[in-house]
Amino acid sequence: MFHQKRFLTQSVFMKEASPVRPKAGRDNVYVEALISFEARNTGRSVSRWRQFQDKAKPYLIILPAFLLTIGILVPFATGVYWSLTDYNLMRPQFEFIGIGNYVELFSGGEFWHALKVSGVYVLFAVGTELLLGLIIALLLNQETFLAKIFRPLLILPLLIAPVIATLIWKLMMSTDFGVINYFLSLFNPELKEFPWAGSPKYAMLTVVLIDVWIFTPFIALLLLAGLRSLPQPPFEAAQVDGASRWFIFRVLTLPMLAPFMVIALIFRIIDSIRMFDIPFAMTKGGPGDSLMNLQIQAYTEAFTYLNISVGSAYMFVTWVIIFIISKLMVGYWMKWRQRLSA
Amino acid sequence: MKRSKLQTIFEQTILCVIFLFILFPIVWVFLMAFKSRGDILSWPPTFLFEPTFDNFRNILVGGSSGSATGATTVDFLGYFANSLIISCGAILLSILVGVPAAYAIARFQFRGKEDIAFTFLSFRFAPELLVIIPIYIIFQRMGLLDTYFGLIWVYQLITLPMIIWILRGYFEDVSVELEEACRIDGYGEFYVFRKIVLPLVKGGIAASALLAFIFAWNNFIFAMVLGGSDVQPITVGAMQFMTAEALRYGDMAAAIVLAAIPALLLAIYSQKHLIRGLSFGAVKG
Repeated sequence: MFHQKRFLTQSVFMKEASPVRPKAGRDNVYVEALISFEARNTGRSVSRWRQFQDKAKPYLIILPAFLLTIGILVPFATGVYWSLTDYNLMRPQFEFIGIGNYVELFSGGEFWHALKVSGVYVLFAVGTELLLGLIIALLLNQETFLAKIFRPLLILPLLIAPVIATLIWKLMMSTDFGVINYFLSLFNPELKEFPWAGSPKYAMLTVVLIDVWIFTPFIALLLLAGLRSLPQPPFEAAQVDGASRWFIFRVLTLPMLAPFMVIALIFRIIDSIRMFDIPFAMTKGGPGDSLMNLQIQAYTEAFTYLNISVGSAYMFVTWVIIFIISKLMVGYWMKWRQRLSA
Repeated sequence: MKRSKLQTIFEQTILCVIFLFILFPIVWVFLMAFKSRGDILSWPPTFLFEPTFDNFRNILVGGSSGSATGATTVDFLGYFANSLIISCGAILLSILVGVPAAYAIARFQFRGKEDIAFTFLSFRFAPELLVIIPIYIIFQRMGLLDTYFGLIWVYQLITLPMIIWILRGYFEDVSVELEEACRIDGYGEFYVFRKIVLPLVKGGIAASALLAFIFAWNNFIFAMVLGGSDVQPITVGAMQFMTAEALRYGDMAAAIVLAAIPALLLAIYSQKHLIRGLSFGAVKG
């Protein structure tokens, strides 16, 4: 800091000798003042063109990134349009039918079933992950021997592709040679035949279990980082006052950890609504329709029945749901962003 | 805050149980990769066995895996190479356009800035199929289906938001005073960016690139729909072991182990930045 200040003053005195004239800065009063001072002295004014250039510059810098992704926004609009038609790949022609697909969607049972599957999935997966993640974070935020060993290992499940993680679990859940079924059979021999995703009754339990395995570390890692960033004085004061651990946790830790929980929840809730990989790799939505969530339903409509229009309608409704949730939650995130990064 | 010995033992036991749950599947698939077909299919499952490299040999240099296979060959190295090409290509492209964009969002005040930033973020949250369905048709017409370029382009939806949002935080950490001091010294804006700012966020760029790589590497749905047999990455390829008529569990386990190695190595290398990256810069680890 000291160095920079000196640097700054030096440069003011050495302005005459500087090789290039400084350009106008938008958010820098100092440079602007310098330039207007200079302009007054030399009788020149900062040109309109220069002003325009400065205004346009940030947009121009972002433009390539935007153009690259605009290629994605165009299909988005196309998809929304197709959801208003009767587009089917098996027919050469299609025509505009208005909101017909949506009327059919909302009056049929399949959509509501998919919504329910997605909802149940989010509720159980994210709920378990938050609770378990919090416990892990609290236990790892100690300097015990085990905590030190386990901390760097926590990341491992996140590094394996969800599809591949699902395949791993599938291997372990086999009724013929699966190691989990073996462990279960030690408690009760009948459990050797526990069907997991093979039965509609337990399919949801199975995919939620896998989701919990992959993503609990994500929440735990964020909360652990949160715990470590909390200011110490309130905790020390509480300890001096002889507060119980539970009291400290409830009154201090939990509220101060809230923003970290919200951020973890944003990612997990939205990713669970649009979950595709785990149920697809497990059973492609089966058995029956027990795992047919919104994305898999849309995939099946579009690529199995070639019903592009209905698939698009599914996805647009999903997008609206996610957009509303993410707008709400990201708004909250933005409020905390500055505070968290400070 | 005194803790009884009993309580400590209780807590450490819970920790052990949780980590048994977290680590066991990884250990198990690792063991499986070194098992012979007989050992894999035995009941009860074997914990001690004679390790063999047959599975790795099968997927790397080909050959039958003991049973009546041969009908379906899974080109593991091809999938692996495809994954590498697509992930690296996607990241290079994202860095090229994302670094300047992140800098502009971090440094300049301009109208619609937060909206633009949110638009990029929203790609991260959008349900993939919404764009995949139309892109599938469009790519089909443009001839981009089953091409590296097509996939690299679509993968920008994964990598670009990550790069922009993570780097935004790193750029915001660079002090404005430093940049302005250099500017007043008479250096051009681009020169300051290149010579002063970029070196300061070098670590951030590396970290965000590695994270984006992991996510690109692990992606499944884009590649499954938009990549045909020519460019299929390892995530789609791994499914082949399961759907092939003869279930080659040993080969699959070996493939899973090899497929996880790049991400693991990169994660060890960038551990320091991981949390920041995973939360898109919202939480600093």
